[in-house]
Amino acid sequence: MRSKTLLSATAVALATVSMAQAQDSSDPILIPTHNWSSQIVMSHVVGQIFESMGNSVEYVSTDSQAVYESIRLGDVTLELEVWEGAFGPAFETAVAKGGIHDVGDHDAVTREDWWYPLWAKEACPGLPAWEALNECAELFATPETGDKGRFLGGPVDWLKHDQERVDALSMDFVVVNAGSASALWAEVGAAERDKRPVVIFNWTPNFVEALYPGEFVEFPEYVEGCKDDPAVGPNPDMTYDCGNPANGYLKKAAWDGMADKWPGAYETLKRISFTNPQIAEMAKLVDIDELEPEDAAAEWLENNEAVWTPWVEGDA
Amino acid sequence: MTITATNAPAPERTETRLRVAQILFAAALCLAIGRFALPDFLVRPPEWLILPFADWINAAFAFVRDDLGLIHVTRAFADGLEWVLDVTANLLYGKNRWPRLGPIPWTVIAITAAMIGYALNGWRLAAFAGLTFVWIAVMGQWQWAMETLSVIVVAAPVSVFLGLSMGILAWKSEGFRKILNPLLNIAQSLPHFAYMIPVVVFIGVGPKAGAIVTVIFSVPPMIRMTLLGLQKVSAEVVEAGHMAGATRWQLLRYVRLPTARTEILVGINQVIMQCLAMVVLASFIGMPGLGQKLLQLLQALKIGRSIEIGITIVLLAVMLDRCSKAWAMKQPVHLEKGASWLTRHKLLVLWAALVVLFWLLSLAFPLLHEIGRRDALSLSEPLDAMMDWIIATLDPVTQWLRWFLIVWVLVPLRDGMLWLPFSAVLMFLMAVGWAIGGKRSALICLAYFGLIAMSGWWDRAMITVYTVTFSVFIATLIGFPLGIWGSRSEGRAKVALLVCDTLQTFPSFIYLIPVIMLFGVNDVAVVGAVVLFAAVPLVRYTIEGLRGVPASLIEAADMSGATRNQTLWNVRLPLALPTIMVGVNQSVMFSLFMVIIAAFIGTQDLGQEMQRALSSSDVGKGLVLGLAVAFMGLTVDHLVSVWAGRRRKALGLD
Repeated sequence: MRSKTLLSATAVALATVSMAQAQDSSDPILIPTHNWSSQIVMSHVVGQIFESMGNSVEYVSTDSQAVYESIRLGDVTLELEVWEGAFGPAFETAVAKGGIHDVGDHDAVTREDWWYPLWAKEACPGLPAWEALNECAELFATPETGDKGRFLGGPVDWLKHDQERVDALSMDFVVVNAGSASALWAEVGAAERDKRPVVIFNWTPNFVEALYPGEFVEFPEYVEGCKDDPAVGPNPDMTYDCGNPANGYLKKAAWDGMADKWPGAYETLKRISFTNPQIAEMAKLVDIDELEPEDAAAEWLENNEAVWTPWVEGDA
Repeated sequence: MTITATNAPAPERTETRLRVAQILFAAALCLAIGRFALPDFLVRPPEWLILPFADWINAAFAFVRDDLGLIHVTRAFADGLEWVLDVTANLLYGKNRWPRLGPIPWTVIAITAAMIGYALNGWRLAAFAGLTFVWIAVMGQWQWAMETLSVIVVAAPVSVFLGLSMGILAWKSEGFRKILNPLLNIAQSLPHFAYMIPVVVFIGVGPKAGAIVTVIFSVPPMIRMTLLGLQKVSAEVVEAGHMAGATRWQLLRYVRLPTARTEILVGINQVIMQCLAMVVLASFIGMPGLGQKLLQLLQALKIGRSIEIGITIVLLAVMLDRCSKAWAMKQPVHLEKGASWLTRHKLLVLWAALVVLFWLLSLAFPLLHEIGRRDALSLSEPLDAMMDWIIATLDPVTQWLRWFLIVWVLVPLRDGMLWLPFSAVLMFLMAVGWAIGGKRSALICLAYFGLIAMSGWWDRAMITVYTVTFSVFIATLIGFPLGIWGSRSEGRAKVALLVCDTLQTFPSFIYLIPVIMLFGVNDVAVVGAVVLFAAVPLVRYTIEGLRGVPASLIEAADMSGATRNQTLWNVRLPLALPTIMVGVNQSVMFSLFMVIIAAFIGTQDLGQEMQRALSSSDVGKGLVLGLAVAFMGLTVDHLVSVWAGRRRKALGLD
């Protein structure tokens, strides 16, 4: 044990001298997993890539908001899915405190907005325009919202400002906040039985797309400043009179100490970049084909060798 | 009602008590009716009354953590704990850590469990214990179950040891007992999420954090049972020990503790059950295993497979419960003098032989070593089909029920609750307190709810109160008749209690999804989930109360020619009422826990804020919210125990 720590200590020392030739520490790289499948599979894919490079890897399940604090402290090493909409604020606060940094974007773009399953379009043919949605508000009414339509938003701590948007665009909708993502899916699942129209908060890439085809509502396009400056957007007096950006980032983040401790893995991490279809495929392997995340990751790696080998070998 | 009049306590004191209560009640009514004329500071707690408790707690935590450096101590302790957890993790599921021996083949663990079952209580328990592990392996849940168990086998002994030592300390020192008792009361009524936040701060995330919250959650009953057992040791036994010349340590080790054995073993049983109850919740802060998998499956709407995991958790709980109870009942066996080593250790030798046999077999047949997911069976298809069918069948009823409850019951009730001036609520609670326990109880009610008002969460607290009150009311309507039905015969009672045990250990998160599918994201779904949980203790205590009525009294009623209904309403129910009220108390506690979890459906009460506090690791806010919930529980607990205690005395049951 002792000689090992000594070795890794020299490795760290060496690493600072010459990054390229340095050995990665033999300590396990800790990859956090959360409660949605694409992130878990992606974590295992990357973990298995690291293992193929001779690193040891361990997975810990953590809360997806609290994880940035853990990375900052070095309790876990990296995060593979930093969603602009959902985790941007938590990530940026952590960056400001120090200890964590941005390791580049994936090719994938993310979008989060009001969404409806396709059967809702049959009842309200003017969709996806938001004005049409507002015309059919009554179709989306529930006992608790009376004549107004109900929009089922995500948990309040996702801070989505849906209420502000309803006010700014003076829509006939009431925002009801679900307590978890599962609650959102359960509503769509229940609505499917009698093809009841629902409009919920949803995002892409997401496994739900495979289960229930649907579309995002088209709100007035997002322009810089529409969330802070009342003058921007269709309503001159209020903010939030626009949709969310249709191409949000999906980032990778790492603990500051990673570059020194595991330089090889860190270089690979910088090169890693997934696309929307690749992420959807990973989710599908688990959610539709019922594979375990580790098996799904192995299968994905087998089918996509051409994609990931350049990440390991580097461009040189 | 007939019995009570005969020996009620001093009538004139009761009368003044009730008169004061009436006056207070009238005052509360006036405040409510005259709401429009009231100044603002009587309608809602004024700003100067609301104290920044959360900031104070956060400042205190920051001081303790950073300035006193406690974080280094706790982190060092956590590292030690992690080392132990790594050992069990290696043995049970082959995590790559010292001693790098594992994973132990599943057949070996199953046969070990069966042997333990046999040694404790014969063939039936052996079969049950063995088959539980076969089920886990065959359903492809081995890895997850072992991840869970690797934490529990560390947390449970730590909890037992801690509980035992603190129980002994509390028994030795009056002062310690006085400090400990209120702490235990609060700990047992604090929602789990509240103490998970400080654990994340001080310990971090992962299996070690899971182990620590499990210990915190499971230690109070162990302390209480140890204390209870030691206090019950009779003076004669101790006297005998003294006469034999025992030292103080010997007296404790060889006289007092063995005499308190039954209570201590009940405590151990409680520890094990609490550990399993924490499996799912602890996965929020990184405990691996069944709980984590369950949440992932629910997130992907895979109800069938989450039910499979739920069944595993129930089976493990029932097995460990039976084993620990059998251990509690088992009396030491005394073999004849001069029996050979082999006769004395027959089972041990047999076990060792079987372990070697299965280990070798598993080397030859990999399936006996490990069953991968691909080879595993699954019940998920029929289970999913069954759930779909249930939901489709109930759907027409629930759609109507949802509309009716929301429009006519829940929304008016909630608006009413929020409309009430806070001063009227406090006055009303004092009236109830005074009616039940006089001035002291009235002041206790005022103090608890006054603190809630001062926390600044009054509106949300009222929504929690409204949800819990309505849920317990519905749970009573369901649980009470079921309990009466169940108490009619021994057979029915057994079935009903088994159902209660199962529902209580079945992970409550699984209820949330079907309930949303039936009712949608709204208060009806929340109430539905809470009722399922809150009805359990009501059924249990109603059955136990009714069956515990002395046979001689029922006989006397029969002799005087009472019909079955008359016996029930005039003899059995009044006598069972104190026990039933304990059930109501438990039901309130369960509701308070569940209403916090129901925040995952979507609520606007304290639970929603608690969820926010957890995801932003806000210790102060989490504790303030947790304490607000705990104070509600403690108010009910106080009122019920005062009432039931007086009632028992009046009925001569003590």
